This record gives sequence, C-alpha cells and structure tokens, in this order.
Amino acid sequence: MIYLDHAASTPLRPAAQAAWIRASAEVGNASSVHGAGQYARRSLEESRERVAALLDCEPIEVVFTGGGTESVNLALKGLWWARRTASDAVVMPDGEHHATLDSVAWLQTQGATVRAVGLDEVGRIAPERFAAALPDAALATALVVNNEIGTIQDAAVLAEASAAAGVPLHLDAVGAVGHIPVSFAAWRGSAAGATGLVALSLSGHKFGAPVGTGALVVSRHATPTPVLHGGGQQRGLRSGTPDVAGAAALAAALDEALGELDAETTRLRTLQERLATGILETVPEASILGDPVRRVPGNVHALFPGAAGESLLFLLDQAGIAVSTGSACQAGVAEPSHVVLALGRDERDARSVLRMTLGRGSTDADVEAVLAVLPEAYARASGARSARRS
Amino acid sequence: MSGGVDSAVAAARAVDAGHDVVGVHLALSRAGGALRTGSRGCCTIEDAMDARRAADLLGIPFYVWDFSERFRADVIDDFVSEYQAGRTPNPCMRCNEKIKFAALLERAVELGFDAVCTGHYATLVDGPEGRELHRASDEAKDQSYVLGVLTAEQLAHTMFPLGDTPSKALVRAEAAKRGLTVAQKPDSHDICFIPDGDTRGWLAEKVGAERGEILDQSGAVVGRHEGAHAYTVGQRRGLSLGVPAPDGRPRFVLEVRPVSNTVVVGPKEALATAEIGGVRLSWAGRAPRERSFACHVQIRAHADPVPAYAQWSDAGLTVTPETPFDGVAPGQTAVLYDGTRVIGQFTIDRTVSAVPALA
Repeated sequence: MIYLDHAASTPLRPAAQAAWIRASAEVGNASSVHGAGQYARRSLEESRERVAALLDCEPIEVVFTGGGTESVNLALKGLWWARRTASDAVVMPDGEHHATLDSVAWLQTQGATVRAVGLDEVGRIAPERFAAALPDAALATALVVNNEIGTIQDAAVLAEASAAAGVPLHLDAVGAVGHIPVSFAAWRGSAAGATGLVALSLSGHKFGAPVGTGALVVSRHATPTPVLHGGGQQRGLRSGTPDVAGAAALAAALDEALGELDAETTRLRTLQERLATGILETVPEASILGDPVRRVPGNVHALFPGAAGESLLFLLDQAGIAVSTGSACQAGVAEPSHVVLALGRDERDARSVLRMTLGRGSTDADVEAVLAVLPEAYARASGARSARRS
Repeated sequence: MSGGVDSAVAAARAVDAGHDVVGVHLALSRAGGALRTGSRGCCTIEDAMDARRAADLLGIPFYVWDFSERFRADVIDDFVSEYQAGRTPNPCMRCNEKIKFAALLERAVELGFDAVCTGHYATLVDGPEGRELHRASDEAKDQSYVLGVLTAEQLAHTMFPLGDTPSKALVRAEAAKRGLTVAQKPDSHDICFIPDGDTRGWLAEKVGAERGEILDQSGAVVGRHEGAHAYTVGQRRGLSLGVPAPDGRPRFVLEVRPVSNTVVVGPKEALATAEIGGVRLSWAGRAPRERSFACHVQIRAHADPVPAYAQWSDAGLTVTPETPFDGVAPGQTAVLYDGTRVIGQFTIDRTVSAVPALA
C-alpha cells in the first residue's frame, strides 16, 4: 500500500514504541506514595520535562491528555468557562478543525457567542481582521496548520494581537507540532499574564507517538476550568491516572521528530513540489488549493473539478493508494469540506478535493505511483454523472 | 448495503459466486441519528456500522457514498410535492428509480463496476428477448412491484441474489450460519426518512396543516379536517364526520382536492374504479409488440394483482380491470404483469368511476 494520509495518522516511530514498551513494563501509579509509584512518577516527570524543553515551555505547563480532541476541548471549554462572567464571545476563524467547531457549538448552547473571522482564498487569517474581532472577547482560538489544506498561520502575530487586546488565545497546533518549528515561548512573546497565548494543543499520533496520547500546554498564569473532575492530577486540570507509558512514547517521538525536522522538511518539500507539479501536468483541469508558500511540508491539497472526491478516493484505494477527501463524518461519509467552503469556493468544489499528505517513509516512487494512476482515475470520476449534475 | 440482513446476505452470495464485490452504503440523510429506532431501515450511524461489519466479515472493501442531496431532491421533495398535489406517491419506488438503480448505478458503471447487487426479493431471467424481471420465489416478500420502474438498461446491470430464496426465514438462517451479526435485525418497513413512522405528523410539519371542509358527493359540508394531506383515497377511519350519512352507512374518502383544501367522502361503491390512466410509462425490458394486451395489474405494494386489459400509445396508457378496483389514488404506481413477469409500470393520474351516476 502507498500511504499518502500521514495527516490522518502517521506510523508509530520505533523509538516511541520502544519507550512505550519499556515504561509499560513497570507497575505503579504515578500518584502512589510508595517506591513503585515514585518510579512511575519519575518517568512521567522526565517525559514532561523532555516535552517542555522541546516545545519551549515550562514542565508545569505541560498537561498530558488523551489526544488532540481532548486538549482542544479542555482549552476551549475550560478557558471560556473560567471567563464567562466577563464576556461570552469566542473569536474563531473559519475552517477550524471539528474539535474546535463542535466544542464552540456546544459552548453556544451554554451562552457563548461566536465572532467568526474569515479566511482569504488560500486559507490565511488576516491579522487585522483577527485583531478587530478581539476586543472584550472571552477567548480566541486559531488553527496553526490547517489539517486539510496545510496553510500555516502566523502564530506569533495572532498571539501578539491577543496579548494587546487582553484576550487569552488557544492555538490548535495538532498539525504543526513535529512538522514545523513550534516555540511556546517565542510565540507567546513578552506577554506574561493570563492573556495572549495561554494554551496550545498537540496530538501524539500526528508525529509518530501512539494514538491516544496528546498534551495541552497551559500557561502557568492561566486557570482554565477542568473538564474532567477527579483525583486532581496535573494541576487539577486533567484528573485521572496519568498515562506514564504514553507520555514516554510521546516524548520520544517528539524528540526524534524535531531532531530530524530540518532534513525531513527539505526532503518532504521536494516530494511535495514534485507531486503538486505532477498533478497539474497530468490533470490539467486540477488546481492546488491552500497557500503555495506558507504550507506544512508534505501536504498537497488538490481540486479536481467535476469529480466527486469520494469517487477519486475509491479509485485510488482500489489501486492501493490511501488518500483523504479531508473530513468524513462518523458514518464515513465524505462531507463537502467546510475548509474549502471557507476559501470562498462553492459546494461542488468542496466535494471535489483530495488531500494527499506525505510523511516519514514517503518516497519518490510513491509520488510517481500516484501520478501514474491519477489521470485515469480523474477521467472516470469526472464522468460519474452524479458529480457533474448541477 | 443498508445495514440490514438482506443486503448482507446478497453481498455474501455475490462473493460466493466469484464476483469482485465492493460494499457501498448509501448515506441518504445528512441528519441521520446515531442509533436505530423502531423499524426504519437506514440512515443511522448504527446502520452504517452494521453494514461495515458485514463487509468486514465477507472480506470486501466498504465505502459510504453520499447521495443525500439527490435523495432530498428526487425522493423527499418529490414526496412532499406529490402530497401537496393531492396524490399518493411511493417513495421507495422513487428511490429505486432515481437513486439505487440510477445515481448509484451510473456512478458504479463510471467507476468500472458491471452491476449493482441488492437484497431485493425479485428474480431476473435472461430470456430470448433480453433480461426479464419476475416475482420472487417467496411471494410474501416479493418486491417486484417496487422494482417495476427498472428499464431494460438498468436490469442489464442489476443482480438480485435473494430472488430465488423460498423464504425470508432461510435468508435469516443463512445470515446466522455465516456469522453475520445482522441476522436477527428487525425488518424495515417504514419510510426511511420519516423518523418515527408518523407520516401525517411529518407531512403536517412540511406542508403545514390548514383546516378545511369535508364534503359529500353533493357538495354539502359534512365535517371538517385538520389538513387535507392526511387523507388517502379509500380511507374510512378517522374521518370524525359531524353529519351522519342519510342511510347511516359508513363513508370513505373518495377524493382529496388540495387546491380547495377539501376532502370528498361517499359510500363504498363510489370508490369502484372501472378504468385507470397514467403517464410516466416505462417497460421492464422490451416494449410490448401489441398496442393492447391482457395482463394483471397491481396498484399497491401489498395489493393483489387483478386481471385487466391494457391499451397504450406514446401519449399514455389506459388499464381496464375485469372487476373494478376498490379505491385508487392518483399518484399511485400501477405495475403490469404477464404471469410472474413484470411488463412495465406507470403513474396513475386519471381514474374513471364504475358508477356512472356518481362520476
């Protein structure tokens, strides 16, 4: 199989697997007082320190979670709940991940109001529009790397605007961590209070840690209301027995990913360029969506006019190539991409896109294999009348 | 694969027959609930999961394809507008005509498939003049009526592996033997897009319920109704008429007039219909050679076929039953049979009363 869906989940790194197996062999609850508990706690805190060093924050600011969705939920619900008496407004750009969209939709049932910020045609947030939405908001959120089109926002600028407006900011860095340089301290800048950048979400399986691992960086100055209540672990922000082995694996994967970041970025940029150029050459009707320059390495997001994305996905899958249409609902239906709609495209376009994401292990041969089958797949899929029908 | 037992066993039999099979679940509603409720047949996440698990067991790839927009336009909106026009549509036939054997089949053929295989109970026979559609072996489960809209071209790309199974019980037993978890899943029989089976309530929400008058055949007001769409030709119960019939006999709905928002009632014999005419004619295979022929006609999914005489031209078709029908609603589909073979179908848009004085 040719796997071009690394943004959905990328293979487990052997180093992460080894770290998990090593840590999981030890008995002990990191909250227990006895020696076994202390040993587990030591492993957990070493992982926390390692992650903090890699993300440029303090160890106390790293809260291990069960993944990106949990991190985003804790950040948005927790920060809004803690501030709701002051303001009910949430500043949210268009084209966010469903973890954000649906958390904010739930907050709306609790009295939140939404200030939407539009994207431009390549998916970037205009800093002045973002800043204009901020005054007196309860919190702001933004996706650093768009999970569908790969566009990278200028996180430092958004953080600076939030700090200037006195609004706490959450950054969803799930698609960013391990793929582009991420520094909590640098993005946070000189802001040191409970506003500006205060929370940053990440998910382990996007950079080679196991699924079910993740973290939320929470500024020491921020006090979001917890979502999970219980034993009060991890600053009381995330009750529940900490996953010592998961934390060890996450730290090991992040360490390795950042160690090879420069080399991997260069390698993936070359493959990405070849794939994007090749698509435009072999399927002249196609176009590449998203920002051509400020884009996460390995992401190619293409529009194939007149072809249903789900038909293309099917044909490529039959040819042994795994790609994505962007987002699918729980039942497995390819939905019209809300991200593509946010770029100002219509619903037909939003159903005619494919996301191909290269990653560790992707090769020239993978790219050539896709390019070899795409023209025929496009010819067939665009012939399907259901997609062509107006 | 709807997530039900029939399509799962149909897929299993197609795999056994050596075909290269891919399971497809049609997403027909964007607002599908999470869990199955009552006797609805599809559209919940649980149904999609059941279909996926059946495909897993059979070792075939599985995809969910979204036809919700076309389903809304061609089936749901059509259902509503037909009711608004005072007709009684069959949405399952519409779905077969426009979605399962049209939109899905078109896409399938474009993507390189040869046929759509479903769990319908009907039989395909390759005769000297092409493929024929026949009733299923299990008469109680026979679904040839709702497949009557299929044309020769569609039949040529269709497979019904369950058609020759003597009974549904055998299909369930086979599913259990194969380890399919859906073996005991209840049959679906309600309209899939009406959540709780309450068609009247659903229609009232869609088209609004405006109070109006119930008239007898002379035009005298004999009662009031809460929305004409809730009435069907032939209906007796639930009329709540304030003025009793002079002879004290029960009255039935004879006609629904959406424009004037009135319902006409009368005695049972006034329902007798000597002739029906229709439009949107299609043939399940070759068109008949003769312009007039003897046949059997069935006007509802669960009605008995009755002997009749049909005459057709390119403009339409007229059917005269040997003995009058007992209540026919415009919008219903009439399917013509030659023995077990489906000849074709049309949508009834005209009826002639068997009682001239009452016409």
